[in-house]
Amino acid sequence: MDFTFISGQLFTGLSVASILLLAALGLALSFGLMRVINMAHGEFLMVGGYLTYLAAQWAGPTLGDAWLWAAFPLAFLGAALLGAVMEFTVIRRLYGRPLDTLLATFGISLILQQAARQLFGSTGVPVTAPAWLGGAWQLGDVTLPFVRLFVIVLAAVVLAGMWWLLNRSRFGMHVRAVNQNREMAAALGVNTRSLDMLVFALGAGIAGVAGVGLALIAPVNPTVGAAYIVNAFLVVVVGGVGSVLGGAVAAVLLGFVTALAEGFTSVSLAQAILLVLVVAFLQWKPRGLIPTKSRALEEA
Amino acid sequence: MSKLRSVCTTTLSLVLAAASTASAQGTVKVGVLHSLTGTMAISEITVANAAQLAIDEINAAGGVMGRKIVVVKEDGASDWPTFATKAEKLLTQDKVATVFGGWTSASRKSMLPVFEKNGGLLFYPVQFEGNECSPNIIYTGAQPNQQALPALEWALGKGYKKIFLLGSDYVYPRTANLILKKHIAAKKATLSGEEYVALGGTEFSSVINKIKAAKPDVIINTLNGDSNVSFFKQYQAAGYKASTLPVISFSIAEQEAQAIGTGLLNGQYATWNYFQSLPNPANRKFVAAYQKKYGKDAAITDPMAHAYMDVYLWKAAVEKAKSFDPMAVRKAIVGISMDSPLGKITVAPNGSLTQAVYTGISGAGGQFRVVAQSKGVVKPEPYDKLAFPGKTCP
Repeated sequence: MDFTFISGQLFTGLSVASILLLAALGLALSFGLMRVINMAHGEFLMVGGYLTYLAAQWAGPTLGDAWLWAAFPLAFLGAALLGAVMEFTVIRRLYGRPLDTLLATFGISLILQQAARQLFGSTGVPVTAPAWLGGAWQLGDVTLPFVRLFVIVLAAVVLAGMWWLLNRSRFGMHVRAVNQNREMAAALGVNTRSLDMLVFALGAGIAGVAGVGLALIAPVNPTVGAAYIVNAFLVVVVGGVGSVLGGAVAAVLLGFVTALAEGFTSVSLAQAILLVLVVAFLQWKPRGLIPTKSRALEEA
Repeated sequence: MSKLRSVCTTTLSLVLAAASTASAQGTVKVGVLHSLTGTMAISEITVANAAQLAIDEINAAGGVMGRKIVVVKEDGASDWPTFATKAEKLLTQDKVATVFGGWTSASRKSMLPVFEKNGGLLFYPVQFEGNECSPNIIYTGAQPNQQALPALEWALGKGYKKIFLLGSDYVYPRTANLILKKHIAAKKATLSGEEYVALGGTEFSSVINKIKAAKPDVIINTLNGDSNVSFFKQYQAAGYKASTLPVISFSIAEQEAQAIGTGLLNGQYATWNYFQSLPNPANRKFVAAYQKKYGKDAAITDPMAHAYMDVYLWKAAVEKAKSFDPMAVRKAIVGISMDSPLGKITVAPNGSLTQAVYTGISGAGGQFRVVAQSKGVVKPEPYDKLAFPGKTCP
């Protein structure tokens, strides 16, 4: 256990945290703010991954390595549109029925996986990071791959954007108002119906953007969403349902705990250690790191 | 009107009766039991196709002992209890003469008691971890001493002395590595690390950091499925390539190589009993026939070649026994030898194959070029002498 190894694991922690955060930020909106247990959240990440592949296919020949910049708007809009359709057709009819929502969204996740299988085949599609992300930054003996740094920056940018939107924009004020007291906000003229759809679509769109980042380091296939969904819920619950900042802190914390557990024991043991620690933590602080005070949450 | 109907009915029943008599005299039923749906379908559908191709060829050439083969195809659905249920159905309701099927060790272990109870015979086409030997199963895929150990020998021969074992967390990688560790110790080589990642795992940052700290000469990779995509993407991002740190894989064949992308896999190694690129005439014929039927770009893998050959082995054993009785066929199959797409193979008394072992290097289009092969053929050893001393086949 030398210094290089420990610095390497600290970078691993940051890297894992950025991936957890990307997977969880969209969920922080739909589950955190709207209390919708969306089992199909992982499939929004998957859709983002497939749209990244399509962007590389369509824009690659004309834009060269710059296709990646075309992937972000495409993945955001594609996933957001899917989210809006899902909210309009299914979710909105099930508000206040968490168990039914859970089952319905689980069904939707299976449908989306099968759709991906029909459209692209079950093997998955190859997405290769552009050449300018191929290198690595050598810091002493520690190697920091550009593609990992890119994902970390992406997570930070998405987090900052979401924070600004929720805390500084008029839209965010409405979202917070509805979250704190739906009836009162409606009485004051907020169109809660369309706001619900917007928030859900935004959460889906953010997951789509996260899918672009994940496609650079992980496979794009029909079942890849399932690999992230549990950890995404973990981050939101540990962070405190309803708190975006709590989610960010939780992602960093879980990332470092994972990296240290993997570094000092074995990779197969680390996930078990992580879950034991999370269960113990929730005994101590059942409402998460940063609990949100809200009438909507207290009723639920 | 009613007269016409009765004429029709009579004619129809006559035709049906004639058809069923013909089938009783002129055909023999066999089962093909693979996952046609679910997570394993990607690998198993093509294996079922290869078995079907052999059956079609045999039928076109006149069948087995003058009887046409009728296939009863069942879907194991990537669900291990379903494999047992479907095997039971094939043996007791359809009364098939034999079954070709299975991929994962879990599916095989779930079918094993069904075949033993009903006196059936299963041809299993995939490499596996050994440590099992049922008289009702013909294990044609590689035993550990026909894939894992020759790969280790090859690596040691190349001067790679520090070995890192990386696998998915389930029975095959754990058992294969248990055997490898015994042999690494016996050969005075160094085990520089051992890590397992959950099936489907996508995060290899810690693994790569451990590899960096351990500085191995070579990685022996038993990761299964999509985890390979994540691993090779992140391995490449960390600055590794085949020339600086080679990886030898046991679960990456032509089909998986195409899916991972040759850019990521270029120059890496795999060890199998078969590669699509093998130049022998039987293989050229098999590849051409398969691609004619299932698409000219279809990738052909070791388990597919085994599945194709298994049907011919069964035919040869039936003709030698002059009987379709499973236990008579099991007895007769020992010693049968043929020129297959894999090269010359012979069935050993323990029901596995004596076959050659090849190590290939990955190149364009997901194809492997053979860089090393065993001296002659290798006898199958279900129980490794170092890892499972004293255990033998019944």
